Amino acid sequence: MTSPLARARHIGSEVAARHAESVDRDARFPHEAFGALKEARLLGVMVPRAHGGDGASIADVVAICHALGQHCASTAMIYAMHQIQVACVVRHGEGSAWHRGLMERLASEQLLLASATTEAGVGGDVRSSVCAIERSGARFTLQKNASVISYGADADGILATARRAPDAPASDQSIVVVLKGDYTLERTSGWDTMGMRGTCSEGFVLRATGDIAQVLPAPYAEISAQTMLPTTHLTWAGVWLGIASDAVARARAFIRAEARRKPGTTPSGAVRLAETVNLLQLMRANIVAATHDYQRAMDSVEALTALAFAVAMNNVKIGSSQMATQVINHALLVCGLAGYRNDGPYSVTRHLRDAHSAAVMINNDRILANSAGLLLALKDEPEIFA
Amino acid sequence: MITSALGQQIRAVLNEGGTLPVDATTLGDSDDLYAVGLTSHATVNLMLGLEERFDVEFPDRLLRRRTFESVAAIGAAVTELLASKKAA
Repeated sequence: MTSPLARARHIGSEVAARHAESVDRDARFPHEAFGALKEARLLGVMVPRAHGGDGASIADVVAICHALGQHCASTAMIYAMHQIQVACVVRHGEGSAWHRGLMERLASEQLLLASATTEAGVGGDVRSSVCAIERSGARFTLQKNASVISYGADADGILATARRAPDAPASDQSIVVVLKGDYTLERTSGWDTMGMRGTCSEGFVLRATGDIAQVLPAPYAEISAQTMLPTTHLTWAGVWLGIASDAVARARAFIRAEARRKPGTTPSGAVRLAETVNLLQLMRANIVAATHDYQRAMDSVEALTALAFAVAMNNVKIGSSQMATQVINHALLVCGLAGYRNDGPYSVTRHLRDAHSAAVMINNDRILANSAGLLLALKDEPEIFA
Repeated sequence: MITSALGQQIRAVLNEGGTLPVDATTLGDSDDLYAVGLTSHATVNLMLGLEERFDVEFPDRLLRRRTFESVAAIGAAVTELLASKKAA
């Protein structure tokens, strides 16, 4: 069998690309792409080999997000969000028999996991919860008014955050895995948006019940700092880089076509294209460096919980989300009206609409405010090749 | 082990900044501050309060979750910083 990245590339160009327009137009779940991703066993790639997966690294997953993002941003974003959940289970569930069993099922059944972190009544702060895990013997019940559960209706399971117990403070959260059959979803809002229309990020009331063993043993604060936040920022950045890369590929094709039409002259947009390629390189370098930083820090709880690491991960999100729309704007200028059209080989309109989600998915202003707080405490300048 | 005088001063800083939703004087030295509502955001203000009270600076290597997880852990960090200040 070919490498996971090669399989993802193939599915991107042969399946996701073909249905991207209808996914976007109808704001529907990309069933075709996810059917193919499951068949190619790409949903469980992060599961360790010992549990039946491929033991893929964060870099492998970021590369797959990038490959898919070039063809269908919604497919790539759903894939990223799923892998964030898988990463939490893989990195924090090894000590729990129930979660080891889940890893095996993730690999063998290619389950798709969604996430219920945001909640009505906390003002968008995912680090505090209103709802609580209500324990009764070996069982629990949970009711969460989740303002967003992306692709909730199409997922096979959901990771939900909640207060550890009814008497725990809002910041003392746990994360619990509930699987289809454990829960019901009552839809509270739809998803008719500018872009990323296929993620179907609708609101739901989640009502779940299950075995207390389904709660991940570590506090959510730890899981969030060590795994969920870095994996989120890096995989999302991979998706955005994919979108921007395809917009630049279209601009390059446009300029090549211009150059062929008038041999011997440099097309007027060629200089702008060179500038665009430069910006794309900056964006990619930022993401690659941060991915390496995370891989280096991964085995050290000390490194992962350092404030400097949190600031660095915040920065990769802010930087790459801003850069995505900037790069695509440049590609639009290069392609001119051919880029502004909704049809044709040089259109970058869907790219631009999809990429505008980047700054508001976990709002950049919220992340900057978080960094601003952390920077009150940070003192040292890291070394360039530290 | 930290001295009770140091523990009292740390509890005073915890209460001054409104860092916790509970009264810090009701907590034991080794009680988990995160379990009673300390947030990662609040640890920044806590650190600033400790720097002000003890006239020390927390280097980046101490800016970790564990440093602030209990009165005892904070006491150990402050003791270390005070000792290195005296040595300098």
